[in-house]
Formats: sequence, structure tokens, C-alpha cells
Amino acid sequence: MEVAVSIRNAVKRYGAVTALHGVSLDIADNSFFTLLGPSGCGKTTLLRMIAGFEEITEGEILLFGKSIASLEPNFRPVNTVFQNYALFPHMTVLDNVAFGLKMKNVDPATRRKRAGEMLELVHLSALSERMPTQLSGGQQQRVALARALAPQPKVLLLDEPLSALDLKLRQAMRVELKQMQEETGITFLFVTHDQEEALTMSDRIAVMSEGRVQQIGSARDIYETPSNRFVAQFIGQTNLIEVDVTRVHKGKADVVLPSGQGLTCSAAAASLGRHALSIRPERVTIATRGELKAVVERVVYMGSELQLLTRLDGGTAFSVRVQNAVRTEVPEPGTQIRLKLEEGAARLLTD
Amino acid sequence: MKGVRHYPGFLGITIVCLMVLYFPLMVVAVYSFNASTSITAWGGFSLRWYVDVFTGPEAERFGLATWNSITIALIAASLATIIATAAALAMIRGGRFRGWKATYGLINLPLMVPEIVVAVATLIFFSTIGLRTGYLTVLLAHITFCIPFAYLPIAARLSGIEPRYEQAARDLYATQAQAFRLILLPLLGPGLVSGWLLAFIISLDDFIITNFVKGAGMETLPTAIFGSVKQGIKPNIMAISTLMLGVSVLFVSLSYLINQRGRSSASIKE
Amino acid sequence: MVGPATDRPSGEATYARIVRPLLLPTWLVIGTLLLLPVLLMVVYAFLTKEFRGGVEWKFTLAAFEQFFINRGLFGDEPAQIEWTYINIFWRSIWQAALATLLCLLMGFPAAWYIATRRPETRTIWLFLITIPYWVNLLIRTVSLRFILRDNGPLNEALIAIGIITDPLPILNSNLAVQVGLIYSYLPFMVLPIYAAVERYNFTLSEAAVDLYASRWQTLTEIVIPVVKPGIVAGAILVFIPALGAFLAPDLLGGAKNFMIGSLIDEQFRGSQGNWPFGAAVSVILMTLVLIALLLQARGARRPS
Repeated sequence: MEVAVSIRNAVKRYGAVTALHGVSLDIADNSFFTLLGPSGCGKTTLLRMIAGFEEITEGEILLFGKSIASLEPNFRPVNTVFQNYALFPHMTVLDNVAFGLKMKNVDPATRRKRAGEMLELVHLSALSERMPTQLSGGQQQRVALARALAPQPKVLLLDEPLSALDLKLRQAMRVELKQMQEETGITFLFVTHDQEEALTMSDRIAVMSEGRVQQIGSARDIYETPSNRFVAQFIGQTNLIEVDVTRVHKGKADVVLPSGQGLTCSAAAASLGRHALSIRPERVTIATRGELKAVVERVVYMGSELQLLTRLDGGTAFSVRVQNAVRTEVPEPGTQIRLKLEEGAARLLTD
Repeated sequence: MKGVRHYPGFLGITIVCLMVLYFPLMVVAVYSFNASTSITAWGGFSLRWYVDVFTGPEAERFGLATWNSITIALIAASLATIIATAAALAMIRGGRFRGWKATYGLINLPLMVPEIVVAVATLIFFSTIGLRTGYLTVLLAHITFCIPFAYLPIAARLSGIEPRYEQAARDLYATQAQAFRLILLPLLGPGLVSGWLLAFIISLDDFIITNFVKGAGMETLPTAIFGSVKQGIKPNIMAISTLMLGVSVLFVSLSYLINQRGRSSASIKE
Repeated sequence: MVGPATDRPSGEATYARIVRPLLLPTWLVIGTLLLLPVLLMVVYAFLTKEFRGGVEWKFTLAAFEQFFINRGLFGDEPAQIEWTYINIFWRSIWQAALATLLCLLMGFPAAWYIATRRPETRTIWLFLITIPYWVNLLIRTVSLRFILRDNGPLNEALIAIGIITDPLPILNSNLAVQVGLIYSYLPFMVLPIYAAVERYNFTLSEAAVDLYASRWQTLTEIVIPVVKPGIVAGAILVFIPALGAFLAPDLLGGAKNFMIGSLIDEQFRGSQGNWPFGAAVSVILMTLVLIALLLQARGARRPS
């Protein structure tokens, strides 16, 4: 598979502050790649570096094998969908979409036609003569998308484009964006702090924190096998238990819980000593033969699920999610229960 | 690669602008310290023209003109500030009433009509009603054109103060008058001060309108200077100019500092 | 422009009940001392001149006739177009328009540069630009007159460097008036453009560059159209006072370079004055200003 964007050891410093500490990653052509992380993790800096709005302090940016680090933004064959869309307020929707083509000196007839096609792609043909201020947020978002796609960029950069939309629209757009990526065959590089967005759309996700890539993998990889404490906590919910590792053998590890109880869990690579054990709340069931003892402290009703806030023997807080089925018996606060871990649910983290 | 904010040459043009604006003022300031009687040749540093301003043959004329200018500016700025404050309260906090736009236009009328036209109209008016031109007519004209200048900073400040502060006071049993006096007025303070200072400077600065409605014999500082300059620029004029320059800079700095402090101390928005 | 928030519920209109008393002083002062006088001035433009400088309350179009029509020295020749005053107006409009254009060419880059500094340095630049605006206009004009004189510092410096041998007769020329107008009103151009650029969303420029626009294409295609209201406001703030300027043409232009301001002023000086004619010239000037303001209102209106 061809590599569309290759970042080699990218460093970004602003004076004494380092925003990126040597990030390296490869983005496959015709894929949906997401940079996921909390605000200030460097994901937007990385995106803006690829677009050309930030200079790279050290390292390389390759676009289909060619270095673009020294090119001005207007000479880079990538286009951006901006966070608040940045639609030109004095131009019609059609003129907005055709702007990139105009700047590339495409003749007026062709650019009208091409802009029209793009508006069709985003289902906005009827609004082509409107001004941006006359559009709803969702419509503006589509215009921004059409505008960035019209010059047929090699890579489309999307900077939190859904964050300004309301929840329902956001959910609908996720599916549509992924579809659009597949239809156009253009590589999408998507930046977001919303893990659900990242998980639902992406072929691959790079989880970033504090200017470093923490883990790269498919949605399933990063959720099921988080490589460190940050990823485990940032993606979904998890229970972290401090344990002592006593033995490591063939991808398994024997650990001792704070209660003194022993447990065998899966571990990619671990050393002996103190580590964190991650157990997702939905990978645990209430069962009389369960291996963990806990006391229910509070039951939170969440509609489709119930969340039990419990405390394990040994004092660790532990949350459990159970489906809200008709037959679900809800234990009262204060009752002693036993929890059963699903196969592979307990995962030792490498920090 | 420079950011989208950068345009080559813009710094150069900015510096040219500043040079154009400052060069003449600096030349006059420098020449005001010229020891020579001739304004052309440099005869060494001296304060003689400053002494001349206060003791020379024209000292009395300029002294009287200064007195007129300052008293008129004080009264006009104060009255204009009071009138503008009342207007701002009605315009910003009075809701949308009938005639809002007309009143807005009226407040800004002195800014829209060219100064020379204001001067002509005012002179014709005073002449028609038979009011003798002199101190009073100058004062009345100054109050009028100072109102919009006082209004602008006061209204800007007021619209930055959310009504919920007064509402909170009312909720805590203050009467409307108490809410105004104890809550709004202190918050409005910096706006009032910069409005007053602005009006003061504008009044002190005015030449055209004053020149029309002052009548014979009465002088303000600008008209007195103009009269002298018509005979030729003498060194004492440069000393007076430099003094006035200093006063202007002082006032602007003061107004600026008060506004800055007001902004940081009360941080009205959120 | 500061107005009331339109979405404010009526319950928050704390001074709604006492609006009228609060506005009374404003209406009274500006109404009687400016609005009424302006209307009266319009009436004066149609009155008959009295030989001692006053007016007679007899309605006539004489003032406007004097402005537009030439009937010879004794008023008995066939009517021709009177060019004297039209030329003065033409020169004033031309001078004011040129000053506006030059102020824009200097003021826009300066405003942009200042607005794109970091907040701390920005206030210093802005402060530097505003100070001359507050310095007495008369003093500023006098200082320019001092510099531009035949044996003034500018000519002396040029002779000293050896660029010229004889002083340039700058003073009392159209050039001197033009310099004076630019110098007087440049800050009026910078400030509104600065305010517009400060509100400008720079992501728009990034979007343009991202879509292959060069730096200068971004300026002409995006920046200037978006900040246009600020540019138009600045242009108006320079053009209107420049059109009616009195000090710059009077002190720098001399007798040959009359502008509207001096023409009006002359009509109210002593017994040679002609009040109805002065009023008529003022009315014509005000009409021009009104046209300029209407054009601005049209220009500032955002495309809907």
C-alpha cells in the first residue's frame, strides 16, 4: 500500500515550549486516518504543519515520497476543512467552492462545472447562490467540505470539523464523512478530541498526548489492547488497579491485587514490579462464582445500561456496567457481590 | 514561510506614517528651544521663548486667551459629559423606543456635518436670535459639539456592563437610584473620565467654530495663535505650540491609562 | 456604533420609563444649537444680501445664481456658466479625494501591521498613531507651514545635502495643501481600518492560502472585501473633513489655492461678506457630504 503522508521525527518548538517531541507516523493512501488526543496534545499543530501554516522545527514531512516542508501552503496539494469552516463571507456558496480552482487558474466554465459537482456530492446544489451566513451550521460544514475537495487534493485535512455541530448532526456526519472518503478515494486526515468520532470513522488512529504519539492502530487495537495507561483511560472508560507483577510468561502475567488476591492476566510485555491493570467496566459480570469480591456503593441509571459503582476488597474503586434488560436484578447499595472477569478482560499496561 | 499576517513592506509604510505624523511636531519642539531671534538659524539651546511666553509683550494676550480656552473647555466638557451620560443611559438601557434612530442621528449630528458648516449655521443662529457673539456663544457652541465625543466612550463602556449587575442590586433591595449610584456609576467611571477628557481636548482644540462665533475682541488660545501666525511664525508661537503639545500628550496618556486600568480592574465581560 | 442589544427582553430595559427626561437635554441642546441652526442656514441661502453684511428677509435665488451663473461685471451680459466657484469645489473634491486615496495607501498597511502585532506591542503602536490625532490641528498645520517654508528646515536640509540649489517653492501650492490634508487626517484612516482588521478572522486568509491563493491574491480577494466596511468608514472620515478643510488650505495653500472652507469663511468676514452666498455654499457642501454618506451607507451594507 502506498504511503500518502509520512512524518519523520517531527519536532515543533515555540521558543522554550516544545509542542511536538519527534513524532513519526505513516498514513496510507486512500485511508481515513485520525489524530486523537486531548486539547494541547499537538494534534492540531501536526495538522497545520502538514497544511503549511506552521513551520517544522526539525524532521521531515513527505507527501507521496516528496518533502513538502519548505513549500508555502499555496503550493501544497493538500486542502483543509477548518474548525469553524472559514467560509468567505462575501462570496456565494458556489464562489466559495470554486475559489481554489480559480486560484489554480482553471477556466471559468470548468470551475463552475466542477464546483457544481462538488455541491452535488454534499447535497447542496439548491443553495449554490446563497451567502454563507444564510446557511445552517451543518450546511456550512458541507460547503467547507466541498470547497476543500473541489481542487482534488492529494490529502484532505480536517481540523475538528464536527465540533461546532449538535449531537444528532454530528452522528449523521460521521457516517457521511467515511462514505465520502471511500467514494473519492482521497486520504482523509482527521483531527479530533472526541474518541467516539475517532472510533466510528477511522481506518487507523494515532492517539496523541503531550506532543507524543502514544499508540497507532485500528479502532479495535487501541480500545482492546491499549498500550499504556494514558490510552486506556482516554479511550472509553476503564478501571485501573495498581498491582504487583510477580511472574511474566508467554504474554501472560501473574499479578497480586491490593486485596492480596492473585490473578493471571494478559500482558504484551511487562517487567516485574508495580504496574497498572486495566479492566473495562463492560467486560465484567455479576456472578456468584466471580473471582473479585466487591461492595456496591451506588447504582447509576443510564437508560440502556446501569453503572454500578463498587469498591473491591483492598479499597480500589471499581465500576461495572450491566445491560438494562428486563430481567436484570439490580443489587441494592451495600450488598456484597462477586464479579466475574471475561476471558482476556484484565490487561496489564506497560505505562 | 511567514504566516498569513505578514506582508512585506507593511512595517516600512507604518514607519513612514509615524514619521509623517511626528516629524513636523518634533521640528517645532526643537526650534522652540532655539536661542536665536531668527526662526531660521539655530543659535543654540535656550528657554528664552518659554520665558517670553509668560513675560513677553504678548504674554497678557495669550494669558487671557488661555484662561478663556481652559474655562470654556472645563465647563463645556463637564456639561457635555452629564448630558451624554443621561443620553447613553436612555439609549443603551432604555430599550428600543420610538425615535431611537432619530436620537442616535441627532447625537452624532455634530460629527456628520462639516465643521465649517456647523460654524456658519451657529453664527447665523446667534445673529438671528440677536445673541451678541462672545464668551457665551463660544461656550454654547462648544457644549454642543462636545456631546458626541463624550457620548462615544461612555456608551461603549455602558454597553459593556451587563444589566445583571444592577439587577443583582435591585434583587438585593436597592432602589433604582441606589443601583445607579452604588453599582453603575462606579463601573461607568473610566468611561466618564475618558469621555470628559476627550470632550475637554476637543474643546481646547477647536478653531473653526470658535473663530466664527467668538466675535471681535474675544480670543481663545487657537484663535490667538492663528492671529499671530498670520503675521508670520515667531519663536514664541513655537514655544506655545510645544507647551500645548505637551498638554495634549499628557491628557491622551492619562485617558489611555485610566481606560486600561478600568478594563483590567473591572473586567466587565464575564 | 453602539446600540442597544435587540434581543434584550423588555424587563431588562431598566431606564425605559425615564427615557424622555434623560434625553431631554440632548434634544434641547443639539436640537436648538445645531439642528435648528442648520435648518435656518438653509433658509438664509434663499434670503437677500444686505450691503452691510447682514440679510434682508426677502426670498431670492440670488445666492445660487451667483454660484452658478455669470452675467458679467454689471449683470447685464448674457448668462454664462460661472466657473470660479465650481472650480473651487472641483479643486476641493479633487484634493480631498486624492488625500483620501493616499491616506488609504498609507493607512491600510499601517493599520494591518499594527493589528497583527501581539496585544502588548499593539497598544503601543496604536498609542503612537493616536497621539498626533489629539494634538491641536492648528498647531500641527502651523508646524507644517514652518517646515515647508522657502527657508524652512526641509528646504535647508535639501540644500545642505546638495539635492537642490534653490529652495523649492512648496508652500502656497496645491502640493502643500495635499501634504497638509494627509497629515491632518491620516489617523482618521488608520483607526477604523485597524478596528476592522482586529475583528478579521485570520483563518479566512489561511483558507485562501490553503486553496492556492498567493499572499497578494489573499489580500485582494479576501482581506480587502471582508474589511471593506472599515475602509469605507476611514475613507469617509478623511474625505468629509478634508472637503471642508479650512486650516490646511488657508495656512499652506495661500490665496491662489482656495478651497471650499476658505470660500465660506470669506463670506462672513466683515462688510465684504455675503451671508446668503456663504449659506448657499455651505448648503452645497452639505449636499456633497450627504451624497458621500449615502454612498458609504450603500458601500458598508453587507451583501445579503
